[in-house]
Amino acid sequence: MTTLPMERAAAPEPRWQVLRGANVGDRLYRGALTVLALTLPLLLVALVSELAINAWPAIRRFGLPFVWTSVWDPVAGVFGAAPMIFGTIASSFLALLLAVPLALGVAIYLSEFAPKWLRQPVSFLVELLAAIPSVVYGLWGIFVLIPFLRTYVVPPLRATLGWTPFLSGVFYGNSLLAGGVILAIMIVPYIAAVSREVLLAVPVSQREAALGMGATRWEAVWTAVVPYGQAGLMGAVILGLGRALGETMAVTMLIGNRHDIGLSVLQPAYTMAAAIANEFSEATTNLYLSALFEVGLILFVITVAVNALARLMIWRVARGTAVGSRAL
Amino acid sequence: MSVRRLRRRIVSGTMTALVAVLSFVAVLALVLILGYLVAKGASSLDWSFFVRNPVPAGQSGGGVANAIVGTVIIVGLAALIGLPIGIGTGLYLAEYGSGRLGWTVRFVADVLNGTPSIVVGIFAWTWLVKPMGHFSALAGSVALAVLMVPMIARTTEEMVRLVPHSLREAALALGYPRWRTSLRVVARTALAGILTGCLVGVARIAGETAPLLFTALGNLNFSTSILQPMQTLSLQIFTYGTGPFDEWHRLAWAAALVLMGLVLVLALAARWALRSRYGAAR
Repeated sequence: MTTLPMERAAAPEPRWQVLRGANVGDRLYRGALTVLALTLPLLLVALVSELAINAWPAIRRFGLPFVWTSVWDPVAGVFGAAPMIFGTIASSFLALLLAVPLALGVAIYLSEFAPKWLRQPVSFLVELLAAIPSVVYGLWGIFVLIPFLRTYVVPPLRATLGWTPFLSGVFYGNSLLAGGVILAIMIVPYIAAVSREVLLAVPVSQREAALGMGATRWEAVWTAVVPYGQAGLMGAVILGLGRALGETMAVTMLIGNRHDIGLSVLQPAYTMAAAIANEFSEATTNLYLSALFEVGLILFVITVAVNALARLMIWRVARGTAVGSRAL
Repeated sequence: MSVRRLRRRIVSGTMTALVAVLSFVAVLALVLILGYLVAKGASSLDWSFFVRNPVPAGQSGGGVANAIVGTVIIVGLAALIGLPIGIGTGLYLAEYGSGRLGWTVRFVADVLNGTPSIVVGIFAWTWLVKPMGHFSALAGSVALAVLMVPMIARTTEEMVRLVPHSLREAALALGYPRWRTSLRVVARTALAGILTGCLVGVARIAGETAPLLFTALGNLNFSTSILQPMQTLSLQIFTYGTGPFDEWHRLAWAAALVLMGLVLVLALAARWALRSRYGAAR
């Protein structure tokens, strides 16, 4: 303490101040932790402003039409991001289409039906999928998934649904389909882990009430448990969407990287993340670089919005817990 | 038994079987990926793979010694930067996080947790690579640290919150000031949990590639200077996997197996550390 003796005599320190954390050590400790905690908000501000500043030349040059025009010509200096925005959304929704039933099935099985001894190991194995590095998924996709799709999936799909515009054209391998499937496998663990936590948070009385009224086990799950956790389950799905939107390496290696908007899932496409990964180091002009920063900014804003929405929905069910950030 | 009753029981049985099959499919995906890694990568793992550097394209042989050392350096440096900030933030959230700032930090952490890693990569490029004028391992480490902090902060907070209030109250009642209570009693009790969070965080960033593309860049030669470009296993897999040579593909599979092994060891160590302390807590 550096207080003067006179002051001390005038106002003796009451004991309760120690308990309220008013001594020097406590104030130092709290100050140090607060400074560390402030790094995160500052980081977010720095990230957004850095992206915005670097994207500014492109924003001024192209304005809003950047989002819906599809010419991407670095030589002429004309940039429009529509194909990558389309590809990002299309591949993510394709991934959700495949991943949501699978992940919800896993979550329901693990929280409601699986025998006790099986729950821990299976949920651990499924969550291990989240531990596999993106680039390893990409490698596996190139050498295992694409040949598999070419031999066993595309021919029967063509035979039954070949007349729709979604399956037109020649399948070369790298395509929206390959990107969507790999994304689906990658987001299953996230959706499954969060959904499972949400379902486990549903009170047992919900199940007991339904079973007591004569429902079968499945009816109890489907009519009493799932609706109760609806908001949280939606949150889990949206969280998966957020992951899929920003995923880079595996998609870059599989989606074909072509600036094109097409309905066919057998054709190559492009995503925002893949465009940055492929072209950032080749961007020779400032405008080109700036356009890529704008793509990054759009991607960032979209994922932040999607994640914020997901968090709010999950928090409503499982208040304040860090579901999802632990998934592994 | 009425027809209606029978139908309901059949539906129930079918759906139960269906969700079990779906779980099996998810586990099967994991088995297929790990199985192919071992099948295609294991045969290339020999002494020279670990101790030699890459040879020029077209020649056979060579190893990824530079990438293994690079991964350890870049990830280690990222942990050195990211762990103190992450743990400190987590302690703040658990000890003082009930106010508005706490809510903000928690929300920002959760939002940043989902940030595309490629965006963090170009952010690190503007901060470190552009001003320095060249790519560097340091920039890569900073990018990875940025990815790590929100994750560590949230797991640390959760683990510290698991510590019973009675412990804290006992320490305060004995006259410990709050900061000593927090560090010597609370954080220490939660140490195993915090350690688990750190291991999981390191495992997660060890496989990251996208944020390193424009920061660490990759390097064909052996380099330990953090101010120069550096190779990592993930970058090596990307280059070799997308390249045209069979020899490269072979090395890519082997490198992927090594990287996966590294990540798995970290993840399993995390599991083990948590189990030994909390047992049935989860």
